Formats: sequence, structure tokens, C-alpha cells
Amino acid sequence: MKLKVPSTAGTAESNDIMVALKPAEAGGIQISLQSNVMQQYGRQIRAVITETLQSLGVENAEVDAVDKGALDCTIRARTAAAAYRAAESDDYKWEAKK
Amino acid sequence: MKRYTKDRLRRSMMFVPGNNPGMIRDVHIYAADSIMFDLEDSVAYTEKDTARFLVYNALKTLDFGKKEIVVRINDLSSGLGIKDLEAIVPAGVHVVRLPKTDSAQDVIDCEKEIEHIEREHGMEVGSTGMMAAIESANGVLNAREIAHASDRLIGIALGAEDYVTDLKTTRADGIELLFARSMILNAARSAGIAALDTVFSDVNNEEGFIAEATLVKKLGFDGKSVINPRQIEPLHRVFMPSEKDLNKAYAIMEAIEDAKKRGSGVASLKGKMIDKPVVLRAQRLIALYEAGTRVDDQED
Repeated sequence: MKLKVPSTAGTAESNDIMVALKPAEAGGIQISLQSNVMQQYGRQIRAVITETLQSLGVENAEVDAVDKGALDCTIRARTAAAAYRAAESDDYKWEAKK
Repeated sequence: MKRYTKDRLRRSMMFVPGNNPGMIRDVHIYAADSIMFDLEDSVAYTEKDTARFLVYNALKTLDFGKKEIVVRINDLSSGLGIKDLEAIVPAGVHVVRLPKTDSAQDVIDCEKEIEHIEREHGMEVGSTGMMAAIESANGVLNAREIAHASDRLIGIALGAEDYVTDLKTTRADGIELLFARSMILNAARSAGIAALDTVFSDVNNEEGFIAEATLVKKLGFDGKSVINPRQIEPLHRVFMPSEKDLNKAYAIMEAIEDAKKRGSGVASLKGKMIDKPVVLRAQRLIALYEAGTRVDDQED
């Protein structure tokens, strides 16, 4: 998936995460993260964002994320929504629950 | 395997806005029989995509225990409804709630889309349930055909806000909904499925809520939609059989057992003959009581 434009998804409400994406040509996935649970979960949040983007075939992006205690499934949802918005695509790849 | 059960307890169906991660996270702690994640009216048009991603990921990840999981999609004519189905059917939703159902054809069209998606993902065809919300004069008049339109239907529901607008009236003491409720209830019973009542929006008016819940229980409804967790407990109390009714039901069942033992085809209690409808009502009441205590125990 090729990111074309900057995008955001999510809100600043508690239990949510606001994910802002910018397309990049190189440098891999660069994440700037603010979180009220940085100490405990910072590494995990970064890992979920990175995995989600990689699973969508995004290799390079600048990510600016503000987390308010989101669950992993919320982080995945907001990251994927931001990626599709940045790619200006609605060709979603939904997968069946195993 | 089917992901839905037609015959189950549906006293309360709690609305949860599909784009609210906090509410989605907390919903399992409430005692509602069914949870309904909403992709329709509670989600802004510009956030339909993010809500879809959120509900999809929640369904695939979170464990909601024995609760029935329903998702209200947008109507198919908006173009959004099909996109909603493409996400939530593979995510394993138990029941799809179709809004603004005006005719049997609306149900048939939605079922066709669900079937197509099930096949595409190698899922068992027929494994996803459906329910139809009736929200217009046309829908009410077509209630019987709607209720019989698909084997997947677990129930039909009244959506009163749009309906009263269509009727050129407003919500009042309930008399304005009597015809719609009666039609929906009779249509549901004719098809052997659940009849579910509309929301009561004024969450601070508990007395009004209990009065409405008592009315719909008397009419014969299985349950009601709730928009706030505070409404669940009073609603379940309304649907809980009274001790007096329960004791009478047990006495009826005992009399039936005694008659069987004696080899008699006729049972009586306190000099009154017990006929079949009385037995059916007693059985239903005991089942409701037992199911109610079981579910409430689980949630404690």
C-alpha cells in the first residue's frame, strides 16, 4: 500500500489513540509516541503500530501517535484506518476470524 | 456452525456507539443479554470508516462471554451498509441488525450480500444471523412479510424515533406506538422469532422507563433496547417473574407430573382444570426465571 497524503484517525478521548501518518520515501516506519502509559506499554504500542503498517505493505511512514490508554485492537483499528485514508483507498482487506 | 441462537434470552439489547473505544472496552461488564455495536446513527458520516475498523478489530479480538453480539449496519441504499457487512461478517458478528426495513425485499437483499461474503471467506453459509428494525409506516404494514423473509432472522424490532416522525407525531405516553408494537409483536410471533421494543431516550426518567418496559412486557415483547447501562437492571427486574407467579407455575408443573404418574390425561390445580396454554405459559415463565438467574449469576 502506498501512502499518498497525510492522514489521521482516532480521537483524544480516553481509551483511544490518535494516529497521524505522513508518507515517506525512505527511513522505514518512524514513530513519535506520547502516551500516559509510556513506561509500561510504550514498546508494545510501537510494535502494534509497526506490525499493522507492515501487514498493509507500508514500508516507510512518519507516525505521530497520541495514546490515551488504547487497547491493542484499538491501536490496530486506528492505525489501519489512518493508513487507508493516507492511501486514499477503500479497497479494504478484511479477514475472517480464525 | 451457526453463530446465533434463535431461542435465547433477549430482555436487554444495549446500544454501543461503534466509534467509542472506551465503551466497547467496558461493555462486557454490564449484564445486557445482547450488545449492539452501532455503525449507523451514532457514527458521524466522516467517521464511518474508522468505526468499521474499530468494531471489526474489537469483534476479532475481545471476548464478550456468552452475550449475543449484534452490529447495526447502515442501510444498504446508502452504499455504506454493504461496506459494513464486508467488515463485520468475517469478523464473526452473531447477528446483523438491518435498519430502516420497509419490506421483505430489504431483508432478502441484505441476506444475499451476507451469503456472498460468507462464501468469499469460506464461512458456512447461513452462519450469520439477522434482525430487522422496522422504522416506518410501510415497514409496520409489511411486518408480517418482513418477519417471514429469511430463516436467518432472530427477531424484529421497533425503531420508534423515525417511525413517529413518519406518522407525523412524536413520542408521548405510548398510545402513538400501540399499533406498531401490536403489528410487530404479532408478526414476530407468527414467524416464531423475537419481538424487541425500541429505546427509551430519557435516561434520567427511570419511572417512565419502567412504565414503558412494563407495558411492552405485558404486550408480549421479549425485551427492549437500552442506551445506558443504568437501564439494564430495572429492565431485567420488570422481566423477572414475580414470586407469586413463579410459585403458581411450579405448582402447575407439579400437578401435571402428578397427573402423569396417575396415568390421567387431565390435571387440575385447586379445582381448576389445567389446559395446554396454561402449561405453556408456566413452562415459559420458569424458563425465563431460570435463564434470568443464570445470566445474572454469571455477571456477578
